[in-house]
Amino acid sequence: MFSAIIGRPHLPRGPAIALFLLRRFATFVLTLAVASVVVFAVLDVLPGNVAQVMLGESATPQAVAALEKKLGLDRPTPERYAAWIQGLFTLQPGNSHAYDTPITELVAERLVVTVPLALLAMALTVVLALAAGLYAASHHNRAGDLGVMAASQLGIAIPSFWFGILLVMLFAVKLPWFPSGGFPGWTEDEGGGLWDGLQALVLPAVALAVVQAAILARFVRSAVLEVLREDFVRTARAKGLSRRAVLWGHVLRNAMVPVVTVIGLQFAGLVTGTVVIENVFSLPGLGRLIFQAISNRDLPLVQAMVMLLAATVIVINFVVDVLYALIDPRLKMAER
Amino acid sequence: MSFWTRALRHKSFVAGGVLVALLVAMALLSFVWTPHPATEIDVPNKLQPPSMKHWLGTDSLGRDIVSQLIVGARASIAVGLIAVGIGIVAGVALGLLAAARRGWVEEAVMRLADFGLAFPALLTAIMLAAIYGPGLLTSIVAIGIFNIPEFARITRASANSVWSREFVLAARACGKGALRITMEHVLPNIASVLVVQATIRFAIAILAEAGLSYLGLGTQPPTPSWGRMLGEGQSMMYQAPMLAVWPGLAIVLSVLGLNLMGDGLRDLLDPKLARQR
Repeated sequence: MFSAIIGRPHLPRGPAIALFLLRRFATFVLTLAVASVVVFAVLDVLPGNVAQVMLGESATPQAVAALEKKLGLDRPTPERYAAWIQGLFTLQPGNSHAYDTPITELVAERLVVTVPLALLAMALTVVLALAAGLYAASHHNRAGDLGVMAASQLGIAIPSFWFGILLVMLFAVKLPWFPSGGFPGWTEDEGGGLWDGLQALVLPAVALAVVQAAILARFVRSAVLEVLREDFVRTARAKGLSRRAVLWGHVLRNAMVPVVTVIGLQFAGLVTGTVVIENVFSLPGLGRLIFQAISNRDLPLVQAMVMLLAATVIVINFVVDVLYALIDPRLKMAER
Repeated sequence: MSFWTRALRHKSFVAGGVLVALLVAMALLSFVWTPHPATEIDVPNKLQPPSMKHWLGTDSLGRDIVSQLIVGARASIAVGLIAVGIGIVAGVALGLLAAARRGWVEEAVMRLADFGLAFPALLTAIMLAAIYGPGLLTSIVAIGIFNIPEFARITRASANSVWSREFVLAARACGKGALRITMEHVLPNIASVLVVQATIRFAIAILAEAGLSYLGLGTQPPTPSWGRMLGEGQSMMYQAPMLAVWPGLAIVLSVLGLNLMGDGLRDLLDPKLARQR
């Protein structure tokens, strides 16, 4: 799509990028809208009587009728959808049924665990993958390269939650270096602190990062190898620059363009990864909340959280696409 | 050189093939024989260490670990096969349609595929479990739906390149319709790409099934599944740490086998693609 626009001879680059961004933004908004319809349809329309689903088969008709009224199920579907969307936009998606507290409050409480965990995991992923990928590429076809590739093949096959369990067994049970689970809070008032909080997130972040880094390291390696074959690298070496200077100064910068896209996609994957890993480490984040919501049959909460997670993935994909277009205008988008 | 001669010389294909064969053999064996009945509870003999009677010991309810691992292979294979099947049937159809029709149909299919990215298997499973309750079916449907956009994307890209080949032009000149060209020329030419993709998606499905079962959204008790065994093993981590090791190893070896086989198949079936890697 992008190349088609860029390729138009009568359009200079600036307006062409603007046109691409506009089209991409339109698809972004449309995707969000469709996602909201799907989430609403699956969790509000498809179940038939939501109140009955939430209260279970044994509920009395009076209780069901009361909940129907409370949830506004007597209103027509389009009206309910509009009210739900309005609630999401105004950050007032209503109350959780089980906790009887505003959903925004519940989610905000949990985000202080989930967001730092995802960011820490992503940072670790990038550092590990860059180190391993660069090392493998600069030792191409030698023992180091083969070792990294074998390790990454193994890493891809390991479920992050199992790796998490192994880390707990080793670094919490056998060697008592880290807590085996739970989260003490970020402030001393809660009984924790910055250091304690970080310590509780180290093992879960490593569990997520090692598996993701195994995938990313392969992309880094092949991107670096690709750039190493370019003429300008040979020129830089001929100029008398050391291997190391060329690798860090020229190769890495150019290799980062495709790698950034993969990092973006992986970040989207981490969003769901954290849901799983939080359950391994009993971390009170979004992942735990969503499972409590499922077992409580708290459909309004499930609905809001699924929408939040799907929207996060959609936003990340959008940002990655835009960044990619801005970084590398020559990019071929036909393959998307 | 025939395909099989080349295949037997391909190290990763052979290694992957052996692991996959073991997985399939385990699942098939479970229908006729297990050392002990896999779901038989024997509380007096709980948390036994490995012995001649129980090769890998017993779990917190005295159930035999080896028997559970053997029967657990069934859930992995069943979910993998059906979920990849759903992905292939719907995704390939959509991808072929997009390539044959181009224009707005292609645009619509691709936007649909983009949209699918926003719903990882876990999110779909969460929604389904919230309404219908967790279960094997929930995980199969969730992983299956997740596979559709992937197959649609790869089918469309490969089919587009076949459509631009000269023999397709010749077929069109002979008056063949889009459906006939798709069935006679496009599909056979993209089959190898699809086989490779199916192997890799199978591995991803096994990982996803294990994750969903671990979270309690997939296979339900008493049916043994590796993911659930891990969850139960984790709660016994202090008393019997190995309970959480064996099922994880089974998952890793299966996924590793399928990935190695997929890589091997890619080299063997599609040398052009292998060179690009």
